[in-house]
Amino acid sequence: MTAIVLSYWQQTGIKVGLTLLLIPVGALILGWTFLLKMMSHMQSRLGPMDAGPHGVLQLVADGVKFIQKEDIFPDRADRRVFALAPFVILMSTFLLYLVVPVGPDLVAEDFSTGIFFALAVSSLSVIGILMAGWASANKYSLMGGVRAAGQLIAYELPLVLAVVGVVIQAQSLNLSDIVRAQANGEIFGISFLGNPFVITQIVGFLVFLAAVQAELTQTPFDMPVAESEIVGGYQVEYTGFRFLAFFMGEFGTAFAFAGIAATLFLGGWAVPGVDPDSNVMNVLGPIALFVKVMFVSFLIFWFRFTYPRFREDQLQKFAWTILIPISLVNILVTMVLKVAF
Amino acid sequence: MPKIPGLVKGLGVTFKTMLKPAVTVQYPYEKEEPAPRARGVIALKEDNCTVCMLCARSCPDWCIYIEGHKEKAPPRRPGGKPRTVSALDRFDIDYSLCMYCGICVEVCPFEALFWSPEYEYSEPRLADLLHDKERLGEWMETVPDFEPYEAGSTAKVLKVPR
Amino acid sequence: MTAITDRQKLAYANAQAADGRVNVEIETDEGMTLNMGPQHPATHGTLRIVAKLDGEQVISCEPIMGYMHRGYEKLVEVRTYPQINTLVNRIDWLGSFANEVPFILASEKLMDIEAPPRAQWIRTVLFEMSRLANVSLFLGDMALQLGALTPAFFAFRDREHVLNQIEAATGGRFHPNFDRIGGLKDDLPKGWIADTKKAMQKMRTFCDEIEDLIMGNEIFEARCRGVGVIPGEIAQLYGMTGSNLRASGVDWDLRRDQPVGLAWNEVDWKVWTHPDGDSFARYWVRLQETREATKIIDQLLDGLPAGPVMAKVPRIIKVPAGEAWVSTENPLGEMGYYVVSKGDLGPFRVKIRSASFNNIHIVPWVMRGVYVPDVITILASLYFILGDIDR
Repeated sequence: MTAIVLSYWQQTGIKVGLTLLLIPVGALILGWTFLLKMMSHMQSRLGPMDAGPHGVLQLVADGVKFIQKEDIFPDRADRRVFALAPFVILMSTFLLYLVVPVGPDLVAEDFSTGIFFALAVSSLSVIGILMAGWASANKYSLMGGVRAAGQLIAYELPLVLAVVGVVIQAQSLNLSDIVRAQANGEIFGISFLGNPFVITQIVGFLVFLAAVQAELTQTPFDMPVAESEIVGGYQVEYTGFRFLAFFMGEFGTAFAFAGIAATLFLGGWAVPGVDPDSNVMNVLGPIALFVKVMFVSFLIFWFRFTYPRFREDQLQKFAWTILIPISLVNILVTMVLKVAF
Repeated sequence: MPKIPGLVKGLGVTFKTMLKPAVTVQYPYEKEEPAPRARGVIALKEDNCTVCMLCARSCPDWCIYIEGHKEKAPPRRPGGKPRTVSALDRFDIDYSLCMYCGICVEVCPFEALFWSPEYEYSEPRLADLLHDKERLGEWMETVPDFEPYEAGSTAKVLKVPR
Repeated sequence: MTAITDRQKLAYANAQAADGRVNVEIETDEGMTLNMGPQHPATHGTLRIVAKLDGEQVISCEPIMGYMHRGYEKLVEVRTYPQINTLVNRIDWLGSFANEVPFILASEKLMDIEAPPRAQWIRTVLFEMSRLANVSLFLGDMALQLGALTPAFFAFRDREHVLNQIEAATGGRFHPNFDRIGGLKDDLPKGWIADTKKAMQKMRTFCDEIEDLIMGNEIFEARCRGVGVIPGEIAQLYGMTGSNLRASGVDWDLRRDQPVGLAWNEVDWKVWTHPDGDSFARYWVRLQETREATKIIDQLLDGLPAGPVMAKVPRIIKVPAGEAWVSTENPLGEMGYYVVSKGDLGPFRVKIRSASFNNIHIVPWVMRGVYVPDVITILASLYFILGDIDR
């Protein structure tokens, strides 16, 4: 079979298009499965059942509703900043999707410093939140934005430190290499399962999950959007398609982070028993990754619907005095064991 | 036995609830049966009403509108005086005002008003919530019989006149 | 480009002035004014809290009530006793049977009538069931204020059993309107006692679930322990009553200390107090009281005496002239009615002492120096119903 050669711009166009399409699709899948159905069943109720069978089209209907709403600006809001803020967040979500490998040949951009790029780019959303909080000309938004700034910057550190252990074990920052290291590795000589880093880096996995929960401002770390106190925080003045952008940013980023967690700790698109370089992985890989993403998202949303929220000082204390020391110790132990074995 | 941290126990509770069936009753495809004593709508037995106006007077919201007139009925025995009986012209209950307290039903001395558990009578127009004599008579079909009482009760079970 | 209208100039000047005010507020020591207005998810109804903040700390806090004032004491001046009984259901709408009871007892005191024992026992059962309906909502709702979405749904789901039982006996889930001067409107339907015992079992399961889900949760404890500590003497000074008082360590329960014509001294039950006086203590005390209420109801149903449910009262009730005050331990605190009668079909004046109105006056004292999230925790733990505050 002759390879089809596409020009650079055609390739980029396809990659950008597919990634842009994946953001709402990912948000929809996560939203229906966990927000509409899993949350409902955890609360002994059924959730939406009318729009489509078992409510699968409910979020589509919500999307259409949001798009057709009037684009309102508060009177004293800074119009340009207010208008741009949701799209800054969406932009950081889009950049996150670019580096996650979905199959051996299916990755939008195979950076040699993939995970470094992903973590750097995910912190751009803080700017968007601060823009929204300040430009809304609303004291509640201001409080939400300031809380978000403190929280998101504080939780960047455990996020990065938890990944360092994985990088030491895989000996590469490239996400595809990390997947291959897990697929080809072996645990004490048993090689059919590969070496998913969740086994040796369980501490890192838990710290990463907690940090992801905080980065997504999900309960128990949802002080910036504490619905019962500051009524939506930095999102309170947003409506219509800008609110839809926030919503898609939140769930799209959850999908992306779950993808990164699955790639780093659960083996990514690799399936135990199948050769990672074979062509069948280009079809099987996305499915395997999807299953792992759903599992990680299940954990994230399970915590979200069960726990009450922290106060910010308790939240900061949790990050600085518990998560960071634990992840530093994890790195130390990983370094020692890697050199020893 | 080490104590399971509360955080983990909480996760267990939500997980178990997720696996149990949901309790939602999907109205209007499925409906729950209200209790027989549920105060849904008031039914009127027109034959028993003597236009004494006790119910209209005792309503806290003044939502019952009654009009009647006196008629001459034939005497009970031949050769006696003709009797005056009251005839009911208008008996309306305005359900947009009614607070479903039941004072009218309780106060009626002639057993002309009854509670029925029917609740599906919402209307798109507010004026249609004024139920007139005929409609109130139609509700009589939905009035359930009075239930027997618990052990130890000395109350007598009344009968609904059909 | 059209000329700038006067209205636009005025709007611009107003915007500049408003910005100036905010800047002054943020810069000076007086603090930024945060208005948790009448419409807010955290205040249980239309309560307005005006808080002056220094960053995230509260400098001073003032509750403003009255957005739900319905004029009860004026309404009852032109109504008869049965009509008033219907209206007072709606003061504390979650535990509504409990609102009727002190009023009926005050009227019975004026008429010098005592309800038969079966009526008193059934009144107590329904009173405790209204306590269950009210406080189980609190258990779920306080968790909701703190961010946990799930317990609120559990509370509503399991409260349905209690409401169904109230409906089976009285006809109304929320507004029973069942108490009458001299007894009750009707007797219990067949099978009610067995069904109610099953409902009590479900409530006990609910309490266990809540204990696992919320009370053992470390995050909940971190949010609530030490937050909003009200010492016992201060609570008594401010006239707080009910579970709030018992959570501050004061052993005071009207059901035991001021028995009125109801059946609490016939059964074996315990008054729960907690020495701490913080928000966790208030939650804990109410959870224990919910369990205790299920036990009280079970014992009452086991020993229900036979007999009539209504004493001999005339058909048209005219209460003789006089004044009477009766207060009971309602789910929210101490609720009392002072009925002044002139011998008419309706009272001359009724003064309603509602529990939440007195409970909420501790807010300015307790909110000095707490954080904004703690404001929500304390308001949620004090537990008031706006209908009870504003009447």
